Amino acid sequence: MNTLPRASDLGLVGCHVCGMVCRDVEADHAACPRCGSSLHKRKAASYSRTWALLVAAFLFYIPANVLPIMRTVSVGDVDDNTILSGIIELWVKGSPDLAIIVFTASIVVPVLKFFALSLLLISAQRGSQWAQRQRSKLYRLVEFIGYWSMLDVFVVALLTALVQFGFFSQVEPLPGVVYFGLTVVITMLASMTFDPRLIWDGRDFDD
Amino acid sequence: MTDDNKITDDLPEPVVRRPRVNASIVWLVPIIAALVGLSLVIHAWLEAGPTISISFLSAEGLDPGKTPVKYKNVTIGRVTAVRLSEDRSRIIAKVALEKSAQGFATADTRYWVVRPRIGLGGVSGIDTLLSGAFIGADVGESSEPKSEFTGLENPPPVTHGAPGKTFDLHSDDLGSLDIGSPVYYRRIQVGRVSTYHLDKDGKGVTLQIFVDAPNDQFVTTSSRFWNASGVDVSLGADGLKVNTQSLATVLAGGVAFQDPPGPHDATPAQEDAAYRLFNDRATAMAPPDGEPKYIRMRFNQSLRGLAVDAPVEFLGVPFGRVVSVNLDFDEKTQTFPTIVGAVVYPARLGKAHDKLVALARSRGDDEQMSQMMGRLVEHGLRAQARTGNLLTGQLYIAMDFLPKAPKVAFDGTAKPLEIPTAPGDLDKIQQQIADIVGKLQKVPFDSIGKNLDQSLAELNRTLKQVNGSVLPEVKNTLKGAQQTLGTANSAFAPDAPLQQNLGGTLQELQRAARSLRVLTDYLGDHPDALLRGRRADDKLQQTPPAPAAPTQGSKP
Repeated sequence: MNTLPRASDLGLVGCHVCGMVCRDVEADHAACPRCGSSLHKRKAASYSRTWALLVAAFLFYIPANVLPIMRTVSVGDVDDNTILSGIIELWVKGSPDLAIIVFTASIVVPVLKFFALSLLLISAQRGSQWAQRQRSKLYRLVEFIGYWSMLDVFVVALLTALVQFGFFSQVEPLPGVVYFGLTVVITMLASMTFDPRLIWDGRDFDD
Repeated sequence: MTDDNKITDDLPEPVVRRPRVNASIVWLVPIIAALVGLSLVIHAWLEAGPTISISFLSAEGLDPGKTPVKYKNVTIGRVTAVRLSEDRSRIIAKVALEKSAQGFATADTRYWVVRPRIGLGGVSGIDTLLSGAFIGADVGESSEPKSEFTGLENPPPVTHGAPGKTFDLHSDDLGSLDIGSPVYYRRIQVGRVSTYHLDKDGKGVTLQIFVDAPNDQFVTTSSRFWNASGVDVSLGADGLKVNTQSLATVLAGGVAFQDPPGPHDATPAQEDAAYRLFNDRATAMAPPDGEPKYIRMRFNQSLRGLAVDAPVEFLGVPFGRVVSVNLDFDEKTQTFPTIVGAVVYPARLGKAHDKLVALARSRGDDEQMSQMMGRLVEHGLRAQARTGNLLTGQLYIAMDFLPKAPKVAFDGTAKPLEIPTAPGDLDKIQQQIADIVGKLQKVPFDSIGKNLDQSLAELNRTLKQVNGSVLPEVKNTLKGAQQTLGTANSAFAPDAPLQQNLGGTLQELQRAARSLRVLTDYLGDHPDALLRGRRADDKLQQTPPAPAAPTQGSKP
């Protein structure tokens, strides 16, 4: 055993909120004596919650991509766009830079999050010791980039509010954007419910 | 591990309390997500109507995923894909209809692309200039499902179920009419041309018109239709007349109809009733032509100016037209007679025709009325080519009775009937003028001129003689005469002795006359004075008025 002892090895548990360290009483529903928040050795039901949220996010991601997110009316010409068709339109109409940004924010990041979280969950559940540091970094990356996916939602919200010129130009949000927003929020919640310490709870710990 | 325990002991113990939520409740989130997704799928599945494919000549304006299908301007579907047909002659647009529009996937539904159209008859689909084209739909009554449609290239002028009636019009040609051309009744638009097509034998055009309710009731069984396109300019005895419909009709064409004047059958026409489309109002309003008859005429003269379609008149009534003018060769006389074929409508002669027909029937004449014609020819019926217009020299065929015409043999069995001809008036005049000219040519103008010249020279000499010798004599004579007249003048002057003597003589004569009258009066009163002489007391001068003065006579 060349690794340092973990808090649980020492019979200690830290409060997630105020950081107070208590003795581990092995009780199921312990609370922090200082701030009153629940005490867990690890985030409670981290695996199942993360999995549940991840699945929900993925389910919402399907209508988010299939349904149109925005309707642009310009001089009587009504145009409904899904995320992908909007990106294609941007690319075709001569704004490849914008297309890449939107593609990254709306497609790459959510998909990356699904894969990253799934990878983290599976590897942690298996107690794999493979690339633990890198997995930690991956988790931080997921946490960091999570909210950038809201870009699309913000764009639609802003345009809807700003572009209201009646017949000449108008932007309306369509149901797709709601699902997309839900996807982003739920993936963020999923990454929050995941306890990165699980990465380090390798099988060697049990062994 | 004792150190560890010590540290642990110093630390505060957590508070134990009752659990708030079951961890597994978080699985509700994906379940809800799944339910939402499922509901979306079910919704989409329920909303999805039939998918149909419509073929058009061109995909102009059709945008996959965007172009809507509209019925009465309500979107009932959307074009999902556009592709070429197998033979690349048409394009096929896949259209996803909405669930509620299931009834549009039936056999007699019509689809067409609504694009902006600017024609002489008006502007339509202007809204599509900005919003892009859309596919218009018109549903029929059939319930037979169908998924392959052939789109119309033009919007149907008549939508299904519109109240009104459809009628067929037959015409020789289409003229300037087109689908959508207006139909007028008393210059109010009451309908439009819905379709047209060539007759099967290719000898005419059948137009289908649609007259909207309630004006369709004005189409009666005896209505007449005519082509109201263009400007009808006619120069008649009462001046120049310009007759037009509305300006749009002048440019784009139109059909007008009206009942003929006079008594007629005014029952509203049935749907799909067939009519003839006349070229103008005058022909339309004319009484029906009846059965056409073909006749032939043989002219032994040049028929320069006789054109096909020239009128044939019977005693001034136009009752037919020339259909052919052909040259023939006569071997016997070595001439080139002209054979003129004409179609005549005996019914145009009105009452005369009716009476003639009745008469012919009663006499047991044949269908061609050859006996009747034979009789008419015997009475001098002849066809003549006459000049209708002196300016252009256009000829027409006139049928008149020429009692002086030489008798000809009439073949009543010939088919077609051949009407004997007579040279036209102008020809006669020409002949007569030629005769006159011939006679004039015979006059010896040369010798006449010579003689005249000699006579004139003679006259000249005579005149010279007169001037030289006769005139001085005349002058002297005139002088003598003047002197005589002067003498006479002085003799008759008022102060001339002759005049005075004459006056005195006349006075004496007057006096003598008076005495004589006194004497006769006295003698009338006193006849005895002749014997006894005048009485002493009587005064001859005072007695003339005295009625009862028996006086003595003064007479010796």
